[in-house]
Amino acid sequence: MLDIIYEMFINSYPSRSQFGLSFIFSQDWDPVKDKFGALAFIYGTIVSSIIALIISLPVSLGVAIFLSEMAGKFLKTTIGFLVEILAAIPSIIFGFWGLFVLVPFMRNTVQPFLQSTLGFIPIFSGTNIGTGMLTAGIILAIMITPIISAISRDVIKAIPNSQREAAYALGATRWEAIRMALLNAKSGILGATVLGFGRAVGETMAVTMVIGNRAQISAGLFDPAYSMASVIANEFAEASKTIHVSALIEVGLLLFVVTFIINSLARLLIYTATKKYDTR
Amino acid sequence: MRFLNLFFALLLTLTLISCSKKTQNLGGSKNPLINGAGATFPFPIYSKWFYEYHKINPDAKINYQSIGSGGGVRQITEGTVDFGASDMPLSDKEIEKANKNNNNSIMNIPTVIGSVVITYNLPGIDKNINLSQKAIVDIYLGKIKKWNDEEIKKNNPGIDFPDKDILVCYRTDGSGTTFVFTDFLGKASREWKDGPGVAKDVRFPVGQGAKGNEGVTGIVKQIEYSVGYVEYVYAVQNKLNYANVQNPNNEFITPSLESLTLAADFSVAEMPEDLRQSITNANGQGAYPISSYTYLLIYIEQRNARKGKILKEFLKWSMKEGQVYAKNLGYAPLPESVIQKNLVKIDLINYSTN
Repeated sequence: MLDIIYEMFINSYPSRSQFGLSFIFSQDWDPVKDKFGALAFIYGTIVSSIIALIISLPVSLGVAIFLSEMAGKFLKTTIGFLVEILAAIPSIIFGFWGLFVLVPFMRNTVQPFLQSTLGFIPIFSGTNIGTGMLTAGIILAIMITPIISAISRDVIKAIPNSQREAAYALGATRWEAIRMALLNAKSGILGATVLGFGRAVGETMAVTMVIGNRAQISAGLFDPAYSMASVIANEFAEASKTIHVSALIEVGLLLFVVTFIINSLARLLIYTATKKYDTR
Repeated sequence: MRFLNLFFALLLTLTLISCSKKTQNLGGSKNPLINGAGATFPFPIYSKWFYEYHKINPDAKINYQSIGSGGGVRQITEGTVDFGASDMPLSDKEIEKANKNNNNSIMNIPTVIGSVVITYNLPGIDKNINLSQKAIVDIYLGKIKKWNDEEIKKNNPGIDFPDKDILVCYRTDGSGTTFVFTDFLGKASREWKDGPGVAKDVRFPVGQGAKGNEGVTGIVKQIEYSVGYVEYVYAVQNKLNYANVQNPNNEFITPSLESLTLAADFSVAEMPEDLRQSITNANGQGAYPISSYTYLLIYIEQRNARKGKILKEFLKWSMKEGQVYAKNLGYAPLPESVIQKNLVKIDLINYSTN
């Protein structure tokens, strides 16, 4: 692990020395003219992952609660099995499915609908092609849902039954009992969310297929964007200039930093959350 | 969990050890494995060649990894493979670096001709449309925005173009296809050359990117009024529409293997001694303007005599018997004039000093 960081640090030297901090704050990515700035990729990665989380979190929690608290044995095993299968699908398959099924669906149904109903909000504007930031976010949401829901389910299950019984004994309704279980499982669910977010940030193939791959920052969620992992996958094999290769490695390094920051934030969140719970 | 990690680590180590043993054995055995790496575009014809040649000469075990032109250039420069392959010839700088690194002299050998076609999705129009060079440049520069632009209409009498926005699509992964296409755009227009430029990764002024030929095809097939560029072979296999493109001779040429070989033949008089040549916009009757050689990169001094001998014989074979396989796989064979130039170069390969 340290070796990976070391290697990336050393190999990105030409780009770091030439561009310095402007690498992070410039969105000018032009391999022909040897100008490299990664802001558009950082933006694309983070925004698409946040969209994924916004969509995925409620769904995953619902699935987790249903599986752990409500479902009968048959449903529990079938749905649990299906969710786990979903997690095992290779990401390139998601990519192709996204390109050939989700993209037309977005173009013909979802985006016209969003445009006609919520079009006054700037984020729901832009050219309606089907690929773009929103589509990438949805693909990611589908990909991280199994992870978040499977872990959350296990965490909720781990809450001792005596607590539920106690809640019911005090006259709690079913919903109140579930809420109590959720409260106790909070840190675990948070951990699951971070894990899902981490996967979304690092996801490459599926995103590349649907995000539109254009190094730009635009307010509209329908507009094409680009992510850090995608640009590395797209350009690394054919990059022959030293500075280009080194800039791509620096993008990799930044990806690492972003993941690191997210994980640290999550640690902090979990830490404060559990602490509050302990003192209560 | 920790136990599992340990287990996998152990497994990995074991595989690595067994791998390294294997390669050592092959290296030391009588018939060395020849390794090459590079462009993905010629992969089908190269693997066919290696397979057929192995039947003729069972000693020839050639292994080719299609990791992309950039990777091929990097690996041959570092000397980790026996030959490289690239969709564009090496630049002066790259040649200098490779020669210096290996204390050797690297050659570019053109092997077959590939081409790029302009594909589009125009519902209701099933004829091949004619596109002038100016039209293609301006579409990709974002100056022509609608299909019923005068520049498009005037070369297509009888076709009723819709008043619709053109959706431009390009390859986002670095590729020889983009290089050939931008090379053509750069020759067709000064503005393109000074603006976006000619390279494997270009920042296109308009449009949206897709990954690989399959990505561009996916978009063009699905989205009405879109336009994109893909490899000729890919367009034929997937039955895409493609445009007739104007050549410098002011003809609109339908891409075909014959029109590609013609483009190479017309350019051969100007071919430099080191065989590095761009054949886009070749001036001659019937030549399709967006085409290019794909190259094998090989050092003149072969340090391993056995490998060098096999490689040299293989290259000679590929220029004669090998060329027949090109057409079936969708590549245009080299014209006789280029083959002769190649053979002279191949003769220079030296392996006896070892």
